[in-house]
Amino acid sequence: MLTIACPHCGPRAQAEFVYERTVDSVVPLDAEPAEAVAALFTRANPRGEDDEIWRHTHGCGGWLVMRRHRVTHAISAIRAIGPETLP
Amino acid sequence: MSGVAREGATIGFTFDGTRYLARPGETLAAALLANGVRLVGRSFKYHRPRGILTAGVEEPNALVTVGRGGRTEPNTRATDLFVYEGLEARSQNRWPGLAFDLGAVFGLASKALPAGFYYKTFFGHARTWLKYEAVIRRAAGLGPAPTEADPDHFSQRALFADVAVIGGGRAGLLAAREALRAGKRVVLIEQDAVLGGGLLRDPREIDGQGSAGWIATVEAELRSGGARILTRTTATGHWDDNMLCLAQKLVEPGQVPGHGFAQRMWHLRAGEVVYATGLIERPIPFANNDRPGVMLSRAVRTYIRRFGVVPGRRVVVATTNDDAYETARALRDAGAEVVAVLDTRPAPAGADSGFAVLNDSVPQAAKGGRRGVKGLSAVIAGAEQHFAADLIAVSGGFSPAVHLHSQAGGALDWDEGARAYKAGAARQAARTVGSAGDPPASGAFRPVGNAKASFLDFQNDVTLADIDLAWREGYRSVEHVKRYTTLGMATDQGKTSNLPALEALAHAGGMTVPEAGITTFRPPYTPVTMGAMAGAAQGEHAVPTRRPALYAVHAAKDPIWLNAGYWKRPRAYPRGSETLAQAGLREARSVRQLVGLTDVSTLAKFEVNGPDAARFLERICATTVAKLAIGRGRYTIMLREDGLVFDDGTVWRLGENRYLLTSSTSGASRMATHISYVRNHLMPEAKVSVICVQEHYAAIAVAGPKSVAVMEQLTGEAPPRHMSASQPTIAGVPVHLLAASFSGERAFEVHFDARHAAAVWQAIDDAVAAAGGCAYGLEAMELLRIEKGHLVIGPDIDGRLSADDLGMGRMLNPAGGYIGHSTLHRPAFAEPGRKQLVGLESVNGDSIPEGAMLVPHLGARAEGHVTGAVRRVLGPGHIALAHLADGRARHGQEIYARSLTRGHTTRVRVVAPHFYDPAGERYRD
Repeated sequence: MLTIACPHCGPRAQAEFVYERTVDSVVPLDAEPAEAVAALFTRANPRGEDDEIWRHTHGCGGWLVMRRHRVTHAISAIRAIGPETLP
Repeated sequence: MSGVAREGATIGFTFDGTRYLARPGETLAAALLANGVRLVGRSFKYHRPRGILTAGVEEPNALVTVGRGGRTEPNTRATDLFVYEGLEARSQNRWPGLAFDLGAVFGLASKALPAGFYYKTFFGHARTWLKYEAVIRRAAGLGPAPTEADPDHFSQRALFADVAVIGGGRAGLLAAREALRAGKRVVLIEQDAVLGGGLLRDPREIDGQGSAGWIATVEAELRSGGARILTRTTATGHWDDNMLCLAQKLVEPGQVPGHGFAQRMWHLRAGEVVYATGLIERPIPFANNDRPGVMLSRAVRTYIRRFGVVPGRRVVVATTNDDAYETARALRDAGAEVVAVLDTRPAPAGADSGFAVLNDSVPQAAKGGRRGVKGLSAVIAGAEQHFAADLIAVSGGFSPAVHLHSQAGGALDWDEGARAYKAGAARQAARTVGSAGDPPASGAFRPVGNAKASFLDFQNDVTLADIDLAWREGYRSVEHVKRYTTLGMATDQGKTSNLPALEALAHAGGMTVPEAGITTFRPPYTPVTMGAMAGAAQGEHAVPTRRPALYAVHAAKDPIWLNAGYWKRPRAYPRGSETLAQAGLREARSVRQLVGLTDVSTLAKFEVNGPDAARFLERICATTVAKLAIGRGRYTIMLREDGLVFDDGTVWRLGENRYLLTSSTSGASRMATHISYVRNHLMPEAKVSVICVQEHYAAIAVAGPKSVAVMEQLTGEAPPRHMSASQPTIAGVPVHLLAASFSGERAFEVHFDARHAAAVWQAIDDAVAAAGGCAYGLEAMELLRIEKGHLVIGPDIDGRLSADDLGMGRMLNPAGGYIGHSTLHRPAFAEPGRKQLVGLESVNGDSIPEGAMLVPHLGARAEGHVTGAVRRVLGPGHIALAHLADGRARHGQEIYARSLTRGHTTRVRVVAPHFYDPAGERYRD
């Protein structure tokens, strides 16, 4: 079980978090049809690092994007997302 | 009392009903050997007689069932079970008895069960498998699982350490002491009952002390320094970021705990992990190498030196390495005769040992049957020679226990000298110490015995011949060979068999062992009982229980409860001797004819506020929202990004920039996540606040022709018309009064601060009762809503239908922009043959089986299924909602609803999915 450093709460057990999706599978609002289909059904799924959206569901409830290596599980970057992170 | 009288043997136990005595601290295996019991079980597939091969957790042979009733624990290793007073152990996989076992004919017929037997059988006609199945199910297998519930309690705890040392032998004790002296928080984990590891087998002087004294000194220092020592505890898995699962036996398998827990599962997070896991000895493949009396060399030594049990009097030692000579010395010191030491290595190996060493010797076949071996033949420098013996001590080399290291992502390095894999670079903060990092050298050899009787995996009955067959049939990947032959897939996970099998595979393919590859090490290292994994999450605690705010009010009425997800919800409030069906029908009729009230507090509810509230909701909802006037509401649906409907509800405009969104109970947490995702990731700039108020608002629905009068009486004002809202007070509590209907009658939902749930319910209940009505539960709600053609998330809206399939295509916001709009163009949504929502009427008045498939004639392929079926509330007859291919074009057709599982088939007519007041006349005042 990974230890994930929540940007709000600090390092917590993976069991507190829920995986949402990879960043490349985000369907933007008002996506063109082809763009939406590509995001949903043709993902990069790299054997290496990928950006993933997770939520600290059983903690603060905040959303975050982490860069995680799909083989080693090493997390190289984590940032919060949401209204409070806007400039 | 049977067995051998021994000094200090005071603990009574039984094996297959015979009573024996054991000494304190003895394993069952040691006690059985001491009492002259050599035949302990029958093998999985061929029912071959099996004895005790090892003295540790890697034991593949000596599996027994212990305990009784719900404490029964099958497949317990006799070598990993410390005898306690009253222990009841039974041998497995034999009938009628261990010594005379009819299943042993499988051994004679072993040609009929080669590698891949099951796969080959499956490729044949299904009837072929059915023919074999009954026989195989009876004959193959290990101990049967208990059928009664386990009466014991299991604990789970979290643990944190700077350094976790796995293995309490010399290397582990040193590592733990060093870490403690460096000021670290230390946990030392040992699967044995006592510390010492290999020192218990090979005592020696350390720091001027004897082994026992040195172990005690270090243990005392660790304990006084605050280190936590967990004995009888196995590190079963090493996961990411140095998390380890530790399975601790607080009592032995089958033992009745005096008080407290039977086992504890620790979840340990460690800064650094030190593997002091030692070595696992490998057997040597030769014919009948699985007979009772063939034992690993170090196991022989362990029984002699640790337990004072000499497992044989006339012994042949067969080895590939120097370590077995120590066994020969232990045997000689214990008074046994070492007939010969057969060394696969050329001279001068063993030359100075003082034993009768025969170099270039490879064991060929053991003689003897179920009572034990009688001798061993070997090929010595090309010539066959036979030795009489009652014990064959074998050592095919040593494999480091790299399981945890490998689980944690560590690399494995091939050690040509030891012919084994050892720990390479660790991926996590972990290191290997002691013999696990430095396996002793072992000679290479080629097995010479009959391959069909030369066992590699004793527990799954896999022989050298099976590996050869798999190779000849074209299996090249070691992972495929493993699955085809089932090698390494038994409860011992191939601890003793994996490397001998890799040697065999490498030979078959003319490869080196590293070229043959290696299968993946997976947790758990040793079997973990289900109870330890479940911990306290058993029975009613297996899942959380959610009680709505009105739970106590319902409980006072003693309803029939329904577990709706985690929620406890009343299904009906029976009166007198009413059945569920009778109570549900009475309550539903009360709603149709008078008035009823029901608790809908579990609905998902979201307060949406802010200047961008309407804009936000028009993303979430696939219908228009912005057009709503203040004080108005509407039915709405939500789509997934792939265009399929995933929830429905109502949206109400309570103020200029204030909305209340409700959605289904069953989809509540999913919807909360969806809304939060859209708000935080897709619309972070929106000026909107979305708050989930599911449990903050209690909600009561009041439905029926008299509901208007009831609400007027309760609020003192004219209630809102259908799909409008007002904010009166009831019992002094301010409420949102929303005029919406799920039942098909004029109805209201009263949403309010859940802290006042009981008072508001009481007021409404009194008024409803005064009007002749009653409370109704989910059973009545189901009768009412299916008759009206209202859908629920799950059965009706099952994530496979589009809005158009559900007959809601015209509800979609023509301006688009909602989530799911971008993918509605996909051609599949317009193809013929899609399932569509329809109604069904029973043709002959029969009930319609829920879940039944819909077929045009009996024997045809299913074209749809029944999603919900009820009887009509007031009139006669049965009706249902269903998904049916091209259903809308088939109204009027008669087809069959056929349920093979319920054994019920009935003729139904396809109709529109609205059986009651399709024009909505009853919503008008």
